[in-house]
Amino acid sequence: MSAKTDKKAGAGKIPVISSVLDIFEHTGNAILTFFEKVGHLTAFTLRGVMHCFLPPTFFKQLMRQFIDIGYYSLPVVGMTALFTGMVLALQSYTGMTRFNAESAIAGVVVLSVTRELAPVLAGLMVAGRVGAAIAAEIGTMRVTEQIDALTTLSVNPFKYLVAPRIIAGTITLPILVLIGDVIGVFGGYAVAVYKLGFSPGSYMSQTWSILESVDVVSGLVKAAAFGFIVTILGCYHGYHSGRGAQGVGAATTNAVVSASIMILIFNYFITQIFFS
Amino acid sequence: MSPLDTTKQTKARASNGGATKLKIEGVYKSFGSNHVLNGVDLEIQQGKSLVIIGGSGTGKSVLLKCVLGILNPDKGSIEIDGQETVGLGSKDRDAVMRKFGMLFQGAALFDSLKVWENVAFGLIQGRGMDRRQAHEIAIEKIQAVGLEAGVGELYPAEISGGMQKRVGLARAVAANPEIIFFDEPTTGLDPIMSDVINDLIVKSVKELGATALSITHDMASARKIADHIAMIHEGKIVWHGPVSDLDSSGNEYVDQFIHGRADGPITRRVA
Ligand SMILES: Nc1ncnc2c1ncn2[C@@H]1O[C@H](COP(=O)(O)OP(=O)(O)OP(=O)(O)O)[C@@H](O)[C@H]1O
Ligand SMILES: [Mg+2]
Repeated sequence: MSAKTDKKAGAGKIPVISSVLDIFEHTGNAILTFFEKVGHLTAFTLRGVMHCFLPPTFFKQLMRQFIDIGYYSLPVVGMTALFTGMVLALQSYTGMTRFNAESAIAGVVVLSVTRELAPVLAGLMVAGRVGAAIAAEIGTMRVTEQIDALTTLSVNPFKYLVAPRIIAGTITLPILVLIGDVIGVFGGYAVAVYKLGFSPGSYMSQTWSILESVDVVSGLVKAAAFGFIVTILGCYHGYHSGRGAQGVGAATTNAVVSASIMILIFNYFITQIFFS
Repeated sequence: MSPLDTTKQTKARASNGGATKLKIEGVYKSFGSNHVLNGVDLEIQQGKSLVIIGGSGTGKSVLLKCVLGILNPDKGSIEIDGQETVGLGSKDRDAVMRKFGMLFQGAALFDSLKVWENVAFGLIQGRGMDRRQAHEIAIEKIQAVGLEAGVGELYPAEISGGMQKRVGLARAVAANPEIIFFDEPTTGLDPIMSDVINDLIVKSVKELGATALSITHDMASARKIADHIAMIHEGKIVWHGPVSDLDSSGNEYVDQFIHGRADGPITRRVA
């Protein structure tokens, strides 16, 4: 007791100490709210995943999400992969000619695309396209009381809204990335053969000789993780959207930004697991 | 009375008038420093219709959401058929939810679904009814609220606000609930349509033997649909009595409210 009052009196007299205490208090509060948010998100994620495995499944919702998340993302992911593969060939050509190592171009293209660029860029594109759409849709449903209405009609919002999106995101992103891999390699091939004068046969054989299955598999594992991250964060921010149009706007922004950052962080750690 | 007895009695519905269907005791709810409900006590008998009146922002909708379990009260007890529902697990909560029908203040229709699918939603998704059968019931309910069957094929965004409200009403009663909550059922409707809705509410309560808890600002509607009226002010029930006592309540809050006077005990801070 007396120690406490002492401290208070001391803090009052010596401004330096009081401002130091202030700093501790502020960082302390910031750390607390951070961990509270993390705990909140973890609980949300566990609940979402649990409902993916428990019956009943809303198949119509699931199909709709496969189409929304997977099919409609194809053009975006395809274009990204195509131009990434093309620019990789072009850039590595200007670099490699300095070392007379033009034959490495095919390898640079296929490894960069499958291991890194196809999954990461597809993940970021889908975060922008799908993450935003999920947060906006679920956020609007929250604001207009549609989520409350679901529960009064005996339908669990996690099962109806969250689970189908998580399942669709986690399954379709690897498929998208696999298609992106093929398109990206083709983009590099097209530039190498039609612009840089490589022979088609040797470019392809160089590609195949350097590619190992772990390159593709690691990329697909990343894609699944990114699909999960994008959909769960979209749902989370939408579900906890603030009131009004402003709340939905903030939820959308937060969903995209947090998903993008998480993708980059997880990308590093998954790479480390596979290649070190 | 044991809870078992009451569940048996609910089957008898209207024939058994005396039982307490819903009992709210000492319910508190705050949002941060905004103390919305400060100890609400209310009771509704089986098959009766209670209307809550009170100014905007006094926590009427919040009270309904506490009863529905959408919001958790900070303190207090809410019993349905003698069963405590505050802090209920999700399984038991589901079972209680099946007794409820709710018309939201803003209708809260699912905008990705057609009107008839909205009305049939609880039947198909909540109770696993066959789509064709649910469609039939939905169309029937849509017509019962004064809309044409063709409206069923439209999307909520394609119909007017008043029509949305009526669809919300059809959705609330589609599964023949035991307790129906109406949050401002006639707001945004023309006087004639308001009366149609009032009749419909009265009819639902009489025919289904349902218990109704409504919120309204519309005194004509309140007089028509209520057996009992409760007035909420600053998070508390300040008056509660049969509708016939409304004009002779002797309560200054009630008098001010029903006559719509600007001066009286209910003061508004106008910024
Ligand atoms: N989810 C929420 N989070 C924070 N505050 C809320 C929430 N819901 C309601 N409130 C606050 O509770 C108070 C009561 O709101 P409520 O919607 O119950 O009013 P009401 O009595 O239904 O008014 P009206 O007649 O205008 O519908 C308001 O001050 C509102 O800001
Ligand atoms: Mg309200």
